[in-house]
Amino acid sequence: MNDLAIELKGIDKKFGLVHANKAIDLRVRKGTIHGIIGENGAGKSTLMSILYGFYQADEGDIFVGGRKIEIKDPNAAITAGIGMVHQHFMLVENFTVLENVMLGAEDSQILNAGIAKARQELKRLEHEYELEVDPDAIIEELPVGLQQRVEILKALYRGAEILILDEPTGVLTPAEADHLFRILEQLKDQGKTILLITHKLREIMAVTDEVSVMRRGEMVATRTTAETSVEELAELMVGRRVLLHVEKGPASPGDVLLSVENLTVRDSRGVDMVKDVSFHVRAGEIVGIAGVAGNGQSELLQAVSGIRRAVRGKVWLDGAPVDVTGKDPSDLRHRGLAHVPEDRQHMGLVLKFDESENSILGYHDDPKYLNGLFLNIEAIRQDAAAKIEKYDIRPPNPRLKTANFSGGNQQKIVLAREMERDPKVLIIGQPTRGVDVGAIEFIHKRIIEMRDAGKAVLLVSVELDEIRSLSDRVLVMFDGRIVGERSPDTGEGELGLLMAGVEDGQEAAQ
Amino acid sequence: MEYFDTLIVILQSTVRVSVPLILAALAGLYSERSGIFDIGLEGKMLAAAFAGAAAAAVTESALIGLGAAIFVSVCLALVHGFASITQRGNQIVSGVAINFIALGATVILGQAWFRQGGRTPQLSGDARFTTVELPFAAELADVPILGPIYSNLLSGHFLLTYLAFALVPFTWWVLYRTRFGLRLRAVGENPGAVDTAGISVTWLRYRAVICCGILTGIAGAYLSMAMTAGFVKGMTAGKGFIALAALIFAKWKPVNVMFACLLFGFLDAMSIRMQGNPLPFIGEVPVQFMQALPYMLTVILLAGFIGKAIPPRAGGVPYVKER
Repeated sequence: MNDLAIELKGIDKKFGLVHANKAIDLRVRKGTIHGIIGENGAGKSTLMSILYGFYQADEGDIFVGGRKIEIKDPNAAITAGIGMVHQHFMLVENFTVLENVMLGAEDSQILNAGIAKARQELKRLEHEYELEVDPDAIIEELPVGLQQRVEILKALYRGAEILILDEPTGVLTPAEADHLFRILEQLKDQGKTILLITHKLREIMAVTDEVSVMRRGEMVATRTTAETSVEELAELMVGRRVLLHVEKGPASPGDVLLSVENLTVRDSRGVDMVKDVSFHVRAGEIVGIAGVAGNGQSELLQAVSGIRRAVRGKVWLDGAPVDVTGKDPSDLRHRGLAHVPEDRQHMGLVLKFDESENSILGYHDDPKYLNGLFLNIEAIRQDAAAKIEKYDIRPPNPRLKTANFSGGNQQKIVLAREMERDPKVLIIGQPTRGVDVGAIEFIHKRIIEMRDAGKAVLLVSVELDEIRSLSDRVLVMFDGRIVGERSPDTGEGELGLLMAGVEDGQEAAQ
Repeated sequence: MEYFDTLIVILQSTVRVSVPLILAALAGLYSERSGIFDIGLEGKMLAAAFAGAAAAAVTESALIGLGAAIFVSVCLALVHGFASITQRGNQIVSGVAINFIALGATVILGQAWFRQGGRTPQLSGDARFTTVELPFAAELADVPILGPIYSNLLSGHFLLTYLAFALVPFTWWVLYRTRFGLRLRAVGENPGAVDTAGISVTWLRYRAVICCGILTGIAGAYLSMAMTAGFVKGMTAGKGFIALAALIFAKWKPVNVMFACLLFGFLDAMSIRMQGNPLPFIGEVPVQFMQALPYMLTVILLAGFIGKAIPPRAGGVPYVKER
């Protein structure tokens, strides 16, 4: 029994009507990397927040190192030797690394004495765990990979024996993620216990010793990683068999429907984010743009869909030139360009509107939704009900406020609105970001259907797996440029290197 | 020599009018660095000025007056804290409300208690702060150049004046050299980082608004018990807002705050001095122009012409733990 780092017994937590954790039991052995996997909204983060004292469980007991303890705030968790690396880093961006590490563990009222000690201790930790980082660097000037390292150092500085990482790879390049995994292995070798929360099966298989699966607030299974498979875990996560590989036939590309020539786009800071980019998309094909977030994909999408003005370049839609420096999005939409924006909550939906209102957003001037000067509410609701049925949007209530739908269902509302316009060109940004596995499968199928119906589909995603399984051609974007075109069968390593800006991925991979 | 004497006089009055600005701007600094925007500096100062003058008039003690000023100001600061920290309300609305309450309540209570049209009785003797002469001020007054600077400019101010200027380096030290300061700066930038480090965001922010209340209390007491001898309706006359402008102008940094307040105080002193006196080459400058200058400078700054004023990132946003 002594080799348990953490034991949770009957942890139960409700937020109003939402039963986030239902009588959870969990046993984590000392010195292991223990994965916790589940769909978004399965209750993983809630459970970890309870362990870190962010929330209090309504019921249940927490044992750390065999002793029952009360964790009523993060301070108690830190005292018990628990550290947490949050999904959104909890760093003060204009502070130095040292200040961030010291915050909350300053030792004395006056800083000076503590600073010298912290510097020394930091040096020791950096050395011991190979976590080099300049203690005097300002956080906002560091790349995300290093910022994450600071978060880990923060936890170690406080003497953490148990480290919780919440979706740590969401912001990392594949190479950075691999580096993180090496660090985790090393921490494990030093006797630390690591809890890794993720919804990415690949990561679980790559680094964990054991894995627990959560589904709709329940802990459904714990497996030894070596004795399970991706398929089994996926099935446990969603409660049924899912197709991880997207079924699709060969593409039959037709005429060029969308073409982009020498496009240069500047962001609001005046920095060129898209640099002289040219490509085209044919009818009946899906062109995927792979890349690490922040390499110009967002600006490219915005320019092509008319939201952001381009500095230079042309966009041709259905063989006709479109002056991208002057067209507004509604004009483009009327010409047959549908856009599913990357950030559905800010650009795709008005969360305070009800479902039916969002399902016509931007097309509200279509005569079929109008009754003279007024909106034809009856027609809009019927139309929404039809889309709800076809896209399996749950709960099936067109009058429910959009904010009350889950991420996956919100995304389906946007997709239904754009796809049902029967566009010629469909632009999709991050189709499955924050969407659960069941909905991902549905969304992928719909995208393939659009292709097979002869639409030109431009897909931008930071999920390399998604790009590879959906696209017919893959363009890799790095630092505002298209650095290569590859077939979707290209190895992950090669694409990863291209995404990281290594000039010729193929050569470097060998 | 005549110009030199005039300069000394203007600088001396610059110091006099800068003191409430410095105190109020430092007050705002503590609050805003913790992420609580405080538009109610004006109201707190006004209420403190009234409370100080009223208490001093009744008890004949300047110290009790100062205590009352600080007490009332801290109470209002706590109201602002309760609204914006505990209840997660809108900080601007709460601040505006405090300004209106102070504006109305001081007149009503003043009239009810003293029946002098909203004024408090003239303070004299122990009820008012007196100026202090630095050692040898009289003896050195005749030394050329340095004499007037020492005995007229540096000497002969109220203790509160010296306190206000001493608070500038003190605030810098607190902010950058103490644990409280580190946490204060952190909570104004990213309260989530503070919370996950095991520190209470609520308690930290309350302490910040209490600091703010203490300083606006001293500023108010200075207005009604040192600079003048009694409370007059609306006597802060926008100083709280000028202080706010100075705080932004100073980019929320303590030493800059002092210089910004001295600059704005200097403009104020000039505008009084220049009434009716035309400037060489320019002619007569309207007083209103001088009075508007601090605001204009602040707007120019905010528009990005003089560097960039970046407020604390979490400023104005109530802290809610994310789910």
